[in-house]
Amino acid sequence: MKQITLRVNGRQHSVTVDPATPLLFVLNDELGLRGPRFGCGMAQCGACTVIIDGQVVRSCVKPVSAVGDREITTLEGLGTPEQPHPIQQAFIEEGAAQCGFCLSGVILTAKAVLDAKPDASDQEIRDALGGVLCRCFTHTRMLRAIRKYAQAKKHHALAS
Amino acid sequence: MSFSAASVAAQPMKGQGAFGTHPSHIDPEKLDSWLAVGADGGVTAYTGKCDFGQGIFTAQTQLVAEELCVAMDRVKLIQCDTAITPDQGTTSGSQSTPTNFNDENLALAAATAREALLKLAAESLGDPVDQLTAADGIITSAAGRHVSYQELVGNKHFNLPLSTTAKRRSAAQWTVLGKPIPSLDRAALMTGEFEFLHSVRVPGMLHGRVVRPPEMGATLAHVDESSVRHIPGLVKVVVRKDFVGVVAEKQYQAVLAARQLVVRWNSGPELPPQKTFFEHLQRQPSHDALSVDSGEVDKQLAAANGVVRARYTYPYQMHGSLGASCAVADVKPDQATLWSATQSAYPTRSIVAKILNMPLAGVRVIYVRGSGCYGLNGADAVSFDTALLSQAVGKPVRLQFSRQDEMMWENLGAACVIEHRAAIGPDGRIAVWDRENWVASLGNRPGYDRPGNVITGMLLGYEPEPLKPGPAKAPAGKLRNQSNTVPAYFAGCIDNSCEGGGTIRSERVLTHTVRSPFFTGPLRSPLRIQNTFANECFMDELCAHAKADPVAFRLAHLREARLIAVLQAAAKASNWVTRPSPTPAHLGTGSVSGRGIACVAYEGGNGYAALVAEVTVNLETGLVHPTRFVVALDCGPISNPDGLRNQIEGGVLQGMSRALVEEVTWDNKRITSIDWETYNSLHLDYEIPSIESVFVTPPGVRATGAGETAITVTPAAIGNAIFDASGARLRDLPFTPERVKKALLEAGRSGGAT
Repeated sequence: MKQITLRVNGRQHSVTVDPATPLLFVLNDELGLRGPRFGCGMAQCGACTVIIDGQVVRSCVKPVSAVGDREITTLEGLGTPEQPHPIQQAFIEEGAAQCGFCLSGVILTAKAVLDAKPDASDQEIRDALGGVLCRCFTHTRMLRAIRKYAQAKKHHALAS
Repeated sequence: MSFSAASVAAQPMKGQGAFGTHPSHIDPEKLDSWLAVGADGGVTAYTGKCDFGQGIFTAQTQLVAEELCVAMDRVKLIQCDTAITPDQGTTSGSQSTPTNFNDENLALAAATAREALLKLAAESLGDPVDQLTAADGIITSAAGRHVSYQELVGNKHFNLPLSTTAKRRSAAQWTVLGKPIPSLDRAALMTGEFEFLHSVRVPGMLHGRVVRPPEMGATLAHVDESSVRHIPGLVKVVVRKDFVGVVAEKQYQAVLAARQLVVRWNSGPELPPQKTFFEHLQRQPSHDALSVDSGEVDKQLAAANGVVRARYTYPYQMHGSLGASCAVADVKPDQATLWSATQSAYPTRSIVAKILNMPLAGVRVIYVRGSGCYGLNGADAVSFDTALLSQAVGKPVRLQFSRQDEMMWENLGAACVIEHRAAIGPDGRIAVWDRENWVASLGNRPGYDRPGNVITGMLLGYEPEPLKPGPAKAPAGKLRNQSNTVPAYFAGCIDNSCEGGGTIRSERVLTHTVRSPFFTGPLRSPLRIQNTFANECFMDELCAHAKADPVAFRLAHLREARLIAVLQAAAKASNWVTRPSPTPAHLGTGSVSGRGIACVAYEGGNGYAALVAEVTVNLETGLVHPTRFVVALDCGPISNPDGLRNQIEGGVLQGMSRALVEEVTWDNKRITSIDWETYNSLHLDYEIPSIESVFVTPPGVRATGAGETAITVTPAAIGNAIFDASGARLRDLPFTPERVKKALLEAGRSGGAT
């Protein structure tokens, strides 16, 4: 057991855990976060995705001790039901969920690729989503929502 | 809509539900079991049908708002809590809509409540009922006098039975139902606020993991508890017959303990080799049943001028829920609370009482939504496991399966073999069709008294539902086509009553149910998708033999008006070109494209769908790529068109994944497709085809199921499109490139083999 300090969604937290504990368990069990979820525990599905320093990370295989003081963003760190992030807003408008268990992987992965490359092509967006699984197969609406967000982002970039 | 399950449970459970009913005695005949009006006029509705992502939470809220003439946000819907909701069995089989949206149960309760409120208002205002209107929870008379729901019954019981004469508001009057209301869970889901079962935490909660046998049929020899004693936070190693689990203070400690616990197992029997499994299946003792038998099929086939034969196979497939199944249990000496994503809250309560040896009245099951399940995933087994662990330590326990626990031990979608023999008569129509199928079966939903139907029960020593081999009896009574074994083109005659959808009178359907080496259970469109794949592809073969257009030839053998209507609607919406398959262009090189159609009267009459698939087939690589789907669907009156489209889109793509890549694999001892590297599923990078949906709604019909119809026809429509494009007939699912190339060779095409 070791005391570890984490920065999550703009707040600092201190937890006492085995340093080998996967980050996901700490986010869920110690901090009570609901966005990242255990899907496979093997970095194969994306349900546990978080963003660390702009990069998508599978928190189910990331030891908590390996994060250091880098900022962690979870799905709830983007926005709230009252004030959703534009990509969350696009998903809300398109109704791009069925069970919704996979959404951390879908939304955060799409956001990360578009943040890094705002003019990413459909092919590039799809390539980035290659390791993300939705077993309800809500692909149609999810890709529509991502495209909508990408368009709005492009618009915004042109306008400013 | 961020309700907290934990806060519901925090209320003391004293054997009293919200209406003062005993937890096991919520009388569905009483209005108060379904609906209550609060002091503020808000309506609370209680349903035994739960939402696991299919949208029924929103649709049921619409239903209550519509019938009671209140705004959606005035309705609070409580789903599947055995302490306070009526027992509606299992949420499955595309039965929620037919059960709760026609003239019974929740719909009837809401209509009864509206009529009761109007009657009370008439007494209160002194105006006749027919001069009153209800809107926004207020009843107003023609003279302008008004009274609110809360003034009439706020916080009080109705004390009325459901009125069988209560009238639903007609679809023409609907202002909430029938509208594409955005699903109520959206904002919470997209922002991570939504409380899944996986997020439920209760005070003092420990963490568990199970240690499953390494192979099918293995039994426990020895557990070496000393192997995990060094793990900090370990609370207990739990052993009960062949059930092994661990409990620790933290989740990671439980994971480590489960991984490091040294357990010796007695080996199980050898499994039949996968390569020859379907032949094996056809040789086993079986329980036989005849759905229909005109008695002269053999004679007709012997006399026919050429018999068309084909054998179709469908593999075991997985629910493969994205989230490994999870539950939370708090078992005390005389009472137990279980938070579960089971589709069967009440049945689960019975099983938990049984395996914990506890009175039924002491057990409460609270449904909390988990990962999408598509049928009997691990939700029931993990609920039982968690209850066992909590009982063993006397504290609340949360248990989530590992990916392998989930995929190695779930109740799989059944493997099937389907054989057809048929002949075309001199008039160019199908003269005779004989169909025989083999279904692998072991276990099922546990129901109220069969723990052995899933892995946990078996480990505890309970037997699964017995399978008694024996010959078929002659068909009797009404035609039963729950599993779509009977092709839609059959007249379906039993004792001169012909309930089938078609015209073929020389007909036989014989089903052999065989013991499966693996657990099986309902997986979205259980047996319906397997049977429809074989029926609709074989129908396509007959169309080709008759050199007839696949739509026209189907229509020529159908009587069922609703099936005819969806078939025609799909053909029209897809700009179907009338001609036989394969397309004249199939002799091209490189990539060829074509279209195929398939249709189904789901379960014989619980929804109707037709689907046109357009695909390209790469003749070199054998890769199949669907490019367009056009669905026509008739599910009666539609509660929420947006929710319905979501179900159709998801169903078609899930069907596409199952048709193209999904297959359970095993070696001589165990299932080997145990994660997302070894079990294929189309990921989000797949270039998805366009999907168009057309709704056909005949007047005056009842609402049917809609979540399983589109998926049912998808494999067949793709298979038929492959044939149209390339001349290759795929009879074994999934349609892997290797199989496509082999079929191309068989069709006399060189394919990629040259």
